[in-house]
This record gives sequence, structure tokens and C-alpha cells, in this order.
Amino acid sequence: MQTVGDNLLSATRIDKVFPGAKALDKVDFHLRRGEVHALLGENGAGKSTLVKCLTGAYRRDGGMILLDGVEVDPRDTFNAQKLGIGTVYQEVNLLPNLTVAENLFLGRQPRRFGFVDVRAMNHQARALLENYELDLDVTRALDSYSVAIHQVVAIARAVDLSGKVLILDEPTASLDAHEVEMLFRIVRRLKARGLGIVFITHFLEQVYEISDRITVLRNGQLVGTRDTATLERRDLISMMIGRELAAEIHSARKEPDVTGPVRYRFKDYGRKGHISPFDLDVRAGEVVGIAGLLGSGRTETAEILFGAHRADSGTAELGGKAVQLSSPRRAIVHRFGFCPEDRKTAGIVGDLSVRENIVLALQARRGWTRPISRTEQNRLADHYIRALDIRTVDREKPIRLLSGGNQQKAILARWLATEPEFLILDEPTRGIDVGAHAEIVRLIEGLREKGMSLMVISSEIEELVAYSTRIVVLRDRQHVASLEGERITADQIIEAIASANERGAA
Amino acid sequence: MKPKYLPLTATIVIFVLSYALCVAQYPNILSTRVIGNLLTDNAFLGIAAVGMTFVILSGGIDLSIGSVIAFTGVFLAVVLENAAIHPLVAFAVALLIATLFGAVMGAIIHYLEMPAFIVTLAGMFLARGMAFVLSIDSIAIKHPFYGTLKGLYYKLPGGGRITLIGGLMLLVFGIGILIAHRTRFGTDVYALGGGTATAKLMGVPVGRTTIMIYALSGLLAGLSGIVFSLYTSAGYSLAAVGVELDAITAVVIGGTLLTGGSGFVAGTFIGILIQGLIQTYITFDGSLSSWWTKILIGLLLFAFILMQKGIVYVSRSERRHA
Repeated sequence: MQTVGDNLLSATRIDKVFPGAKALDKVDFHLRRGEVHALLGENGAGKSTLVKCLTGAYRRDGGMILLDGVEVDPRDTFNAQKLGIGTVYQEVNLLPNLTVAENLFLGRQPRRFGFVDVRAMNHQARALLENYELDLDVTRALDSYSVAIHQVVAIARAVDLSGKVLILDEPTASLDAHEVEMLFRIVRRLKARGLGIVFITHFLEQVYEISDRITVLRNGQLVGTRDTATLERRDLISMMIGRELAAEIHSARKEPDVTGPVRYRFKDYGRKGHISPFDLDVRAGEVVGIAGLLGSGRTETAEILFGAHRADSGTAELGGKAVQLSSPRRAIVHRFGFCPEDRKTAGIVGDLSVRENIVLALQARRGWTRPISRTEQNRLADHYIRALDIRTVDREKPIRLLSGGNQQKAILARWLATEPEFLILDEPTRGIDVGAHAEIVRLIEGLREKGMSLMVISSEIEELVAYSTRIVVLRDRQHVASLEGERITADQIIEAIASANERGAA
Repeated sequence: MKPKYLPLTATIVIFVLSYALCVAQYPNILSTRVIGNLLTDNAFLGIAAVGMTFVILSGGIDLSIGSVIAFTGVFLAVVLENAAIHPLVAFAVALLIATLFGAVMGAIIHYLEMPAFIVTLAGMFLARGMAFVLSIDSIAIKHPFYGTLKGLYYKLPGGGRITLIGGLMLLVFGIGILIAHRTRFGTDVYALGGGTATAKLMGVPVGRTTIMIYALSGLLAGLSGIVFSLYTSAGYSLAAVGVELDAITAVVIGGTLLTGGSGFVAGTFIGILIQGLIQTYITFDGSLSSWWTKILIGLLLFAFILMQKGIVYVSRSERRHA
């Protein structure tokens, strides 16, 4: 047990509940003075929710935050900033049309006789940036500089405003190797000044390069906090994606799955900058699980198969005949279906009713000149509401009022209504509660048994093990391994990801 | 040169070139008389355009200013005809009404999260309607103080005159430039134009700034209305129709991005001068229909919008290769 005195920032038993899901469940997080503390977890693990609770962007539902041994309760991000907690987000929050100096001093420009003293402001800005190895023309508009410079300016502003805790949320996502190096030099310098730095990223190499300790979250729960130096990469990955349940689920698994003939054959299929060319066969009655860490090319694989991005190499065959999958429309004609990852922005149409959301894809496939009759719509909606057990008062309720799991089921219903032969699901169980989770897993198995081909992307490794007949492992936008039959175990998957990772790092 | 100065420079170059062309054809255009008249004739438009510059810099639009000018004119005419108060008092009351009017529109835009276009469109109809309620006739203003004010001028060498209203416009532009570039409020206006959500995250008081911007625009529209009533010595509810569009034109020709966040008050001044110059040229020519003003302004506006697109494109690719 740590004593309060060691820690600059101490968050204990933080709870945060969203409608339909518990985002944080009694999470502890301790940040020491002069350390870089990596906060890791897959999407939806609760990293950003925790950060938002620390910075006051969300009101927490329980728990206590101590800063310098004093209890604090940041009301909003300004308040947190005043208290000493500054944040730099992935999409940098600066104004590109203002000058560098104005961005640094917005709201607190030095004044003389009531007017902004531009010379003094520019002078102070130059002095401030000297600490960051930057020699910029501070009178130029920020948008004449690169994203890396934006990041550094944002850090300089945050540190200058708050000065105790600096939270970096995916700061390196859009930087090249050289820029990352520059950013890390700055982070080390700030660390030497005694700041506590929280570093959120999904690049594990960077975690090992810069961080002193690592805290891993999964499904809104704390998995643990470890010293980076003594934590094996393999152990870290299993902390992140979990495998405790895997053995149990796998033993409950039935005899080898019966699968049909190869229905889809992709050869050398790929697109520059998205996903390296891969070969993939999909059989009828098969669930291809896609495993890999965030950013490994999972979603890119799905998007290229569905035609959301056009492949620039390779061929696609359907039942032995070559087909062009140049757009989602074409893919839908060939009876593909795709439930995207972010259902809020890419899936549901919040103000439309459950019925309208369900018939959307079918109507799109038929074309707007052949409307589906209202009776038919009602029949479809009622059928799927019953079949998938979508909990809604009636089919005319706006879908945004439903819980996450039920929204997810409605989107599934939308694609099932088109009677697809190949259904791609990207993170179908993200952000939904445990009960709904199990139902969706059962649904996937049911569809497979009916002979449908499915591809499921998931960060939950035990879930993949449970329903996949084959698992493709991705790393660095490449398909690096394919596991079948007896080899589908959580250990094997973690092994494949980790060994690939080590090779990548070497 | 910094890309942000490009539109302003282009405006100045176009102004100097077209002035030179005009002078080559009619050397008299160079006289201080013409220059003095240019300032006087465009004083009300220039003052209103300063307010419009702030609104557009913040990413908004104010369609109500033409109506506010007309309302102020009718208000002054009616008050001075029917009540025995000094015009200066009437001026103060008119400015107060116009400022409050703008502030209320700003508050609606911010608190009800309504688009500025719709709110100020409603404001446009409301102010015009109020002007009609006060009077539907054109009322002449015969107060002796008006004569005094119109008699004030500064004589330039060569016989030209900087009249009170022409000088007032120059003063308003001077103060506008100072506010835009030397106050925190000014930077906040640019910040709003750069992105309201980001500006809010960086601590800009978005609500207060929005209200102040539209209040300022209202105040200057009111001042413009006073200037217009001095210029015409009358108040008429159908006056100044479409002035808001002329003001927007001057702002855009002056190099301010219609999407907000980038531009200069000084550019608007050049924009006013270019519009005035075209008008003057057509007057000098005598044979051209005055509609040529509109046609030329339209072409210029179009050229400027294309140029702004080009500049945005160039500065982006410049950064990519930096």
C-alpha cells in the first residue's frame, strides 16, 4: 500500500456510470512526482473516461482525488488547470488562425495601458519556447507549422498554465519517428522538473521507451500497476486483452466446427497506407476472428473488404468468379454487411425510430424507387425486435433512447434484414453491458450455424476464442498469423501478437 | 511574406492599380475634393462595415444593420420633430437602442445556439418593421444643430474637405484597428472565428464575447444611422436597404475570410474605397449606367473569393512541404 506522501496525484475508487454501462468501476490510479506513467488499455477500457474524471470534464460518480495530499474536486477543465492538472489531447486544442504567441497567452496576454503589449507577449513566448528547444517565429500563425509543433506549443501552454500534472492523450498518434523523439526529449525534461506525466498511447514500443510505470485498465476496471522495467511485453499484452477466462471457455467448446466450401477468396488484397496485401479465404458457416492490438489494421481490413476503401492491389473472388468491391454499394449488392465500430457516428441515426433504423440498409439496397411498404417494415421490425430481443417499448421509439446493447442489436438487425451472406462485425460488444454481451455472442454463433460467413473484430480475446472457427492475427497493418482448430487459445493468440511485436520492435 | 497578409496586399494592389487607371483617364480624380467626397459619401457604409468586420471575423454574420440604420434615421427624425430635446440626447438614446438590439441578438445566438444568419435576419425584419411603425413617410430633419454639424469640416490643401462624418469614419476605423489587434477582446474575436469549441476549451469567454461582438455591430450600425441622417438630413423607413450586403462585400473585398478567423479591419477600409472609387469613376464617365457598379463589384467579389480559396490551398501545401 502506498502512502499519500509519495504521490502527486492519487485517485482512489473512482466510479463512473453511463446509462447502460459502468465505464469505471472502483479504479485506483496513483501518479508520482517526476514520473512518466503510461495508462494503457484497449478502446473502451476506460482510459479516456478516467482522464476526463481527473480533469473535471466528467463528474465522477464516486471516489476521491488527492492532489499534493489535498482533496480536490475539479468542476471543469479550467478548474483542473488552475489546480495544476493540464491536458493535451490527441486532436490538439489550439487555434491555428492565431499566432504562436497568441495561442500561448490567449486570455492572459500582458497588457500596457489597457492594451495588449504585443512586443512583451512575443518576447515572453520566445522565452517560454526556449525551454522546449523551439526557435519559432512566434508572430506567425500556428497553422504554418506542423502538427508536432502544435503538440509542443500545446504542452508548453498546458505546463505554463498548470504545472503539476500533465496528461498527454495519444500525443504521438500523428507524428513521425523524428518528431516522436523530439516530443520525448521534452517529456523527459519536464519529468526532470518534477512534473507527473500521464501518457496515453497504443504504441507499446513508446511505452517501453518513455514510461516508468504502467497502469492497465480493462472493461472499466483496474487490471494493475507495474514498473515498466520489470514487466514483460507478453505479460503486458495479456493484462490488456485478458485471458483468465479463456481456458474455461475453450474447454466448453464443442467438437471441430463443420464448415462449408470456400465462398470468398481474396488474393494479395491490400491498399497502400491502410493494410498490407493479404490472402484470405472465407467459407460458408465460418467465423473469422480478427485479433490484434489497436492500430494493427483490424478496422482497415474490414473496410477494404467492404469497399469503404478501394483495394489497390489483389483480386476478390466470389464463388470462383472475380468481383469488384469498389464501394460499399457494390459490396451490398454482393450480399455483404458491415457493422462499423463506432455505432454513434457510423451506425445509428439517433432521431429515427427503431423501425426506420432497421429497414435502412434493406431500403438502400432496393433503391429509393422501390419503397418498402409500411406493413412490410412493421413486419421486419417486429420480427427482429423479437428475434434479437431488442428491449424497446415499441418499434417507433427513437433509437437514441435505447441502451448501447440494444442499439447494437438494432444495427445487427439492420444488416440481417438484408439477408447477407458475409457479415463483418467491428467490435460488436464494445461499450455494452455483460448481459447484452453474452446475447450478442450467442447470436453470432446462431448465425454461423445457419451457414452465414462472418468476420468479427474484437479486442476481447476470450470472446474471439469462444466463437471463432479461425483467427487471423494482425500487427503493424499486416496479417501475421492464422490460427485454426486446436490452436485457437488465448495463449496462442497472445503469443502471436507478442512475438510479432517483439520482431517489430527489434 | 506571411500568408495572412496576402489578401490584404492583393486588395491594396488592386486599389492602387485601379486608382492609377482612373487617374490616367481622368486626372481630376487625384484631387483632394474627390478624395474628400469619397470619404463623405461612404462614411455611413464604412462605419457599419467596421462592425461587420468584427462579426465576420468571429465567424458570424449580421444582416440587420441596414434596417438598424433606417430605424435610427426614422427614430431621430420623429423624435426631433415631436420632442424638444437636443439632437445629442437623441443620438445617445439611438445608440443605446441600437447597442441593446445587437446585444440581444448576440445573446440569442449564443444561449439558444441559433445560427447568426437566422437571428439577424429576424432582427432585420424587426428593425425595419419598427421603423415603419414610427413613420412610413420620409421626414426631413430641420433642426439647426444638423446645419451646424454639416458645416464642420477640415479643409485640405487643394480645396477638398474632410467633413465631420468623413472624419468620424476614419476615427472609427482607427479605433476598430486598435480593438482588433491590441485588446484581449480583439484576440477573442479571432479565436471565435478559429473555432468556437476550441476557443471555449482555451478559456475564451464565448458568451460574453459573442454578445459584445453583436452589441458592437449594433452600436456602429446606430452610429452609421446617425451619420446617414446627417448625410441625407432625413429619416425614411425604406432607406439603406441592402446596406448590410454592401458592408459584407467591403469586408470580403478587404481580404477577410467569410468563414472567420482571418482578416483585417484596415482591409475593410480599402474595400470601402474600392467600392467608392468604382462609383466615382462611373460618375466621371457619365455615360455608363450605374448598374456597372454592381457588375464590377460582383466580379471583384467573385475574384476575391476565388483568390481566398487559392491562398488557403497554397498555404496548406506549403506547410505540407515545410
